[in-house]
Amino acid sequence: MTMSISQQIIVIAMVVLGTVITRFLPFLVFPSGKPTPNYIQYLGKVLPAAVLGLLVIYCFKDVSFLSGNHGIPEIIGVSVVTLLHYWKKNMLLSIAGGTIVYMLLVQMIF
Amino acid sequence: MHENIDSPNENSSSQYKDMSRSNQIWIAARVAFPKTVPIFAGFVFLGIAYGLMMNSLGFSAIYPILISLIVFAGSMEFVAANLLVGTFSPLTALFLTLTVNARHLFYGLSMLEKYDGIGKKKWYMVYGLCDEAFAINSTMDVPKNIDKGWVMFFVTLFNHFYWVLGATLGGIFGSFVNFNIEGLDFVMTALFVVIFLEQWMKEEKHTSSLVGLGASIVCLIIFGGSKFIIPAMIAILGLLTLFRKSLEKAEAEVV
Repeated sequence: MTMSISQQIIVIAMVVLGTVITRFLPFLVFPSGKPTPNYIQYLGKVLPAAVLGLLVIYCFKDVSFLSGNHGIPEIIGVSVVTLLHYWKKNMLLSIAGGTIVYMLLVQMIF
Repeated sequence: MHENIDSPNENSSSQYKDMSRSNQIWIAARVAFPKTVPIFAGFVFLGIAYGLMMNSLGFSAIYPILISLIVFAGSMEFVAANLLVGTFSPLTALFLTLTVNARHLFYGLSMLEKYDGIGKKKWYMVYGLCDEAFAINSTMDVPKNIDKGWVMFFVTLFNHFYWVLGATLGGIFGSFVNFNIEGLDFVMTALFVVIFLEQWMKEEKHTSSLVGLGASIVCLIIFGGSKFIIPAMIAILGLLTLFRKSLEKAEAEVV
């Protein structure tokens, strides 16, 4: 550790500031009292589905599909989650099932 | 209920109001809790991993505890750990944070209406609008007689608590964990996949979901894991703007 305590505090304050800006900005630019522009209302309706898609892909950002285990444990894990969910429609079962299969795969096979 | 019978009438009605209000909040907490159970597993695990990493970099437990409490942005905290051991550069820290957390802008835009008119607790919920709080609160269905504002508040609060709990455990006891938990972090991926599927089964048209998946995959392939988020966000924004007419028309037909 080469930084002084005050330098560390400044760095953490910057991280807090950056995070707070990204979370508060939309709510400050479009406050609840004023009418929100139609385009922003439209985005508010269609963005959630698209962002969930982004979030799913975001989980795979560090998986290398061309080398190592080629992301096979991840692909099998997601398939198990999907099949379980279409079959039983029970959130916890799908999540637990997929995670256990994934853990077994990365600990025992890959 | 029985205690109320003896008390004078005027008193009991105001008492009842108070009771029903705290009752509403208590019910909301109980509705919120089961929805956060997968996050409990994921955050405690990731929190332990985070505390453990900070520990290995030579920071005492108070660092992960305070940072997880104040910053509350999982992936950014791992990045921040590296910033703290590097050279002192506040502007780099700020710019990097804005880049890594840019996706929050979309969460905010999506939650403008849902977080509207729920009082002061809204600002805590905006402060705690992490990936997991967004994923649950944006798709959750709550029975009509239950105060949804409080349910979303508790989802945020529980998530925050789990994360701090994990970081605390990791910071203090991290080096004693001796059972094999490799791969447990997949619980977060599984949660997002399930929430995505739920949304998929509910929606009439899949255009928006497919735009999100497609644009992200293409950008991930082109730009790589550390740089794809912002191009993906721009692509999603562009495509959704392009499809606005047809998507709004479809919605008008459904209504």
